[in-house]
Amino acid sequence: MTKTTAAGKTRRQIYEDRLRRRSMLIAGGSTLAVFLAVVILVPMAPGWDRVKASFFNWEVFAKTFPKLLEAFKLDVAIFLWSAPAIVILGLLVALARDTRNPALFPLRILGAAYTDIFRGVPVVLTVYLIGFGIPGLGLPRPWNSPYIWGSLALILTYSAYVAEIFRSGIESVHASQRAAAASLGLSDADSMRFVILPQAIRRVIPAQMNMFIALQKDVALLSFIGPVEIFRQAGVFKSLLANFTPYVGAAVIFLAVTIPATRYADYLLAKQNRERS
Amino acid sequence: MAKITLKAVEKRFGDNTVCDGIDLEVEEGEMVCLIGASGAGKSTLLRCINLLETIEDGEILLDGEDISLPGLDPQPVRRRIGMVFQSYNLFPHMTAAENVMLAPRRVYKKSRAALRPEITELFERFGLADRMDHYPDQLSGGQQQRVAIVRALAMKPEVMLFDEITSALDPQLVGEVLDVLRLLKDSGMTMVLATHEMGFAREAADKVCFLKDGKVVEEGAPSAVFDTPQHPDTQAFLARALK
Repeated sequence: MTKTTAAGKTRRQIYEDRLRRRSMLIAGGSTLAVFLAVVILVPMAPGWDRVKASFFNWEVFAKTFPKLLEAFKLDVAIFLWSAPAIVILGLLVALARDTRNPALFPLRILGAAYTDIFRGVPVVLTVYLIGFGIPGLGLPRPWNSPYIWGSLALILTYSAYVAEIFRSGIESVHASQRAAAASLGLSDADSMRFVILPQAIRRVIPAQMNMFIALQKDVALLSFIGPVEIFRQAGVFKSLLANFTPYVGAAVIFLAVTIPATRYADYLLAKQNRERS
Repeated sequence: MAKITLKAVEKRFGDNTVCDGIDLEVEEGEMVCLIGASGAGKSTLLRCINLLETIEDGEILLDGEDISLPGLDPQPVRRRIGMVFQSYNLFPHMTAAENVMLAPRRVYKKSRAALRPEITELFERFGLADRMDHYPDQLSGGQQQRVAIVRALAMKPEVMLFDEITSALDPQLVGEVLDVLRLLKDSGMTMVLATHEMGFAREAADKVCFLKDGKVVEEGAPSAVFDTPQHPDTQAFLARALK
């Protein structure tokens, strides 16, 4: 017979309830203490007034924020047309590197060279080279647009990373799946398309999401070659008002996008780990 | 002429000789069981017949035609030889019905609508009618393995190879898979099994082949091999396997 108390709980439940209450109390208390210390101590630090005026000026923030938000639309647009191109190019490069057809061997070499080069060079350097360099060849309008070449620089860089992630996904599908597909008389191409790729892509979605979160941030690099997107707009305000608050405003806007996206990617990864265990 | 003939088949992985001059004949409609300890070369031999592995030397004939010819396109051959694996190897992202229909759709260019009736009949025959639209992870091991058999049968193969298909199953699920094999044998399918199910081999096989270290040590009717084994290695193996 189980011994239950008047409340209908077992001894174990009562004990665990008590533990839970105690740890919540401790966590709440220590968080409050740290928070209070920061709020009280930081403004007491020498020079805090100058920091506050330069970085956290509410007036400047309120005045510049709508314009920054407006400029951020350009970042979003560049992201939106670059991302699909990156998925397609990344997948093609991954498949090229995986091909076993000897006639396509040059494609394998090219794929390997491509991923080595674009993963090895700082993004900002690629943006300068392609974004400044190619329009500098004297192309006629509209082909000298920094939007085209800047986006291309991002596409080329990110496709190299995305291709490697796809490739790791393809390699993570167990050889027995290929054997099963082959034993049914499926061609290599069909086996890749219907058996391997669908499993591979599903597995790497969280990793790819992290790449695209990074891409969203790196769109700001295009500010160096012309487009007045959020980072450049913030720079204009900084010079105009001699204040760094617009940069903080821009950071807030980036965080508003990247934090939920990162949390979602983490959630997907956790879900996948649960399903596979 | 035998359905399948192996002549001095040799398969090496590096320095390791896995099949060391194997001769074997499988007649049309016959069930041949390969028995022997793990590592004796049973699974590798089946993979060689299905051209999943290439052989170093010897010949494999299907209806008298050399399918081990270097450079031969393996895909048309594999369509004639179905294979079922120990670990089922169903495609986890597809329902049971999609698993079964994929190869006929792609290889024979049949539509889903055209395939559905014949597929349904296969599922019904193997007691899986209500499992067609389930995903592999919603099925028991025995059900998954039966779906894998249906998937191979949907290509209408002339020969079926079974690679220890009950070894990964809980003991109480083995029976339902063996029943499927009996059903297939009664329908006249030519079958080669690598198996540890000695009772089943004795009862259902037409021929039993004992392999050790990549060689056929002894072969013959099940009654002969199980009841009056001639070779000391066979006797030792059976003494352990049947205890």
